[in-house]
Amino acid sequence: MAMTEAVPTAAANATSANARAPARWQDFIQLLKPRVMSLVVFTALTGMVCAGTPVHPFLAAVAILCIAVGAGASGALNMWYDADIDAQMRRTRGRPVPAGRVQGADALALGVVLSMFSVMLMGMALNWLAAGLLAFTIVFYAVVYTMWLKRWTAQNIVIGGLAGALPPVIGWAAATGSTPLNAWLLCAIIFMWTPPHFWALSLYTSEDYRKAGVPMMPIVAGAASTRRQILIYSLLFAPLCLAPVLTGLGGPVYLAVAAAGGLVFLLLAWRLYRSKAGDAPAQRNDDGLYDVRASARDARNLFAFSILYLTLLFATLLAEHVMAIKPLELL
Amino acid sequence: MSDPARESEVEAKARRGRNIALALGLALFVILVFVVTIVRLGASVTKQPF
Repeated sequence: MAMTEAVPTAAANATSANARAPARWQDFIQLLKPRVMSLVVFTALTGMVCAGTPVHPFLAAVAILCIAVGAGASGALNMWYDADIDAQMRRTRGRPVPAGRVQGADALALGVVLSMFSVMLMGMALNWLAAGLLAFTIVFYAVVYTMWLKRWTAQNIVIGGLAGALPPVIGWAAATGSTPLNAWLLCAIIFMWTPPHFWALSLYTSEDYRKAGVPMMPIVAGAASTRRQILIYSLLFAPLCLAPVLTGLGGPVYLAVAAAGGLVFLLLAWRLYRSKAGDAPAQRNDDGLYDVRASARDARNLFAFSILYLTLLFATLLAEHVMAIKPLELL
Repeated sequence: MSDPARESEVEAKARRGRNIALALGLALFVILVFVVTIVRLGASVTKQPF
């Protein structure tokens, strides 16, 4: 098969070195990127609940399952295609394909089969708009981002971020069969959150990306330019988080969380802009994403807070709609 | 294809685990499609004017 031949040489070497290790079922679960899947489920559930249309509980559960499996399928396709990159990076070299526990062709097959099953089931159980959006998201992540943008441009995570931003829209579409402005507002919040989040991380992991030949922003444009762009995106992102209060989506609690968190986000982005994070190479220790040297702490702080802030925003929206707290609708 | 006679205990255990996981996954899918059909059909039936 021509596609499987594209699995890169480094991964093939890793595979032959570990050819005797048998694949366990847990390795196939790991291919689905369960941590990413949990974030996707959370944002999709928020979109579905915020839609405010009653859905049969079983069908709602099926919709969430389809979105989770679709996200997992695109993760498996990503791990199949990016095995060469993963093999060269500390964070990813233990993944099943570069470690040789799972054959690239098996990861590809798993991704394709789960993609088809999740889209078809979504269409049959809910509606074909949600199924179409799910199919688009999978193709966008696996083909547009993984196969094209990631290796080609420093804007990879900006454009590719759309795939991670769409799950709340899919959840909304599954519940209502339509995608109004508020659904796309949730998408826009995640889309604008992605660049500061990933670029903050890449400021202290850029050596890994450099070795793997991935054109992340700090490698292509330099650390100073990346810090400046993080600040610009943060200045756009923080006010955008207040928009749900104007459109009848967020209530008073959301306003308080978005405003206070937005100020902290801007403060951390400003500190990062004024710092020297990313100027010196190899700033990360081997102990994980959060254990960094002193010069990269500002980047680490923004990265960590960005996860907390997005989680709080969506959790607050979810809680307000579950508890029927009236939205402000200031416009 | 590997020779089953030379398959080690670890390999056999891993293969058995994969087969059970696949069987459970397929069974879950069949049950899901069945229940979805009942739920959707039920909703359509109750909307029919008799």
